[in-house]
Amino acid sequence: MGLTIQATALRQVFNRRTIFSQISFTVGERSALLIAGRNGSGKSTLVKILCGVLTPTAGTVTIDGDGARDQFARKARIGLVAPYLQVYEEFSALENLHLSMTLRGYRSDETANRAMLDRVALDPKRQDPVRGFSSGMKQRLKYAMALVHRPAVLVLDEPMSNLDAEGAAIVRSVMDDQRREGILIVATNDRTDIERWDTEVNLNDQR
Amino acid sequence: MTSAERYSTRWVRATVAVFLKDWHSELRTRYAISALGMFVITTIAMILFSLGSEPASPEVLAGMLWVVLFFAAMSGLSRTFVMEEERGTAMTVQLQAPPSAVYFGKLLFNLVLGAGLTLLTVVLYALLIEGFVIRSTGLFVGIIALGSIGLASASTIIAAIIARANTKGTLYPVLSFPILLPLLMTVISGTRMASEGASWGDAVGEFQILISYIVVVTTTSYLLFEYIWKD
Repeated sequence: MGLTIQATALRQVFNRRTIFSQISFTVGERSALLIAGRNGSGKSTLVKILCGVLTPTAGTVTIDGDGARDQFARKARIGLVAPYLQVYEEFSALENLHLSMTLRGYRSDETANRAMLDRVALDPKRQDPVRGFSSGMKQRLKYAMALVHRPAVLVLDEPMSNLDAEGAAIVRSVMDDQRREGILIVATNDRTDIERWDTEVNLNDQR
Repeated sequence: MTSAERYSTRWVRATVAVFLKDWHSELRTRYAISALGMFVITTIAMILFSLGSEPASPEVLAGMLWVVLFFAAMSGLSRTFVMEEERGTAMTVQLQAPPSAVYFGKLLFNLVLGAGLTLLTVVLYALLIEGFVIRSTGLFVGIIALGSIGLASASTIIAAIIARANTKGTLYPVLSFPILLPLLMTVISGTRMASEGASWGDAVGEFQILISYIVVVTTTSYLLFEYIWKD
């Protein structure tokens, strides 16, 4: 059996307000999950729970039944791109990628890091401090940081934010590759962001 | 290599990465170094003006040294967590590094910063404050070193707690004071003893308290950090 991510009876409450409840789904390898819903429906909250940076009020998320025993296990499997995820602006693009690898406990390889920056068309700017980057370039760097450790699960929250036509084409290529090789999870209120998906979680009617 | 060895290697690599990230970031931005340096210089200048030519007892001078160190630590040692929240990079670190590596990486950074702060303060204090004489140098170095480690340990976990609060500037010293009180009372007593020429044997109790304090604070912080950091 291949890789699976399983969410069971997820419920999230903030300040006595129920954001969503009874969210359950299973996503298998080589497939895509669409998390749809209007603004404020809890898409980003669900994304944070799936990535393990937020503990749900109730319910569980397991990736291949990991049970989160090894602190590195989930971090190695997940790559996240989201508007609320920031990069270190005082560092260069290459340094941010190096950091992304070493924080996960991996050895950083400059050749692989440069290849990743090349994939998102940032290699010529690899030594420049990120504070001088446009918002679109920062979004591309977030893709490089999410992909550099070759995650089995790629989670994208509003994947096309701040991207021009060239950036959008790169992201579509990334999404196609991920759907072929692992698990792709996309949270968006614009269904044109993703061309094909296998499972859908619609948060509009969840409260 | 066994899975336990692999895990240890990755953990050490992640911990060092957190420390180096904060270190390089500090060297480029100089937020904490500037705040600490300016605080120490202005406070010692204020003490100089206040004392004038009046002689002060060893107990008063030992107490004032730790007043400077306490408030300087309050102005600089919280930056490591507060900066992550202010820049919005806390989630980036959460996503990539395990909580224990983040805690020990940040603790290591605060230990280094705290050691620099202590060194600068003690040198300036000894040079500028008339009447501050150390008769037991070894005892003084031991008390100052353990006090600095205790200060950094407690400051690190309190910084993690207050980093998300709106009133972090006010909350930090208020929350720190009761937690640091046993440490401060012990180091003030130890510093006074060193300036009066006491022997190592006289200060055994102080050392026992300081070592116990460091072990208890660091262990508790390690156990609680994941809950503080994650949600």
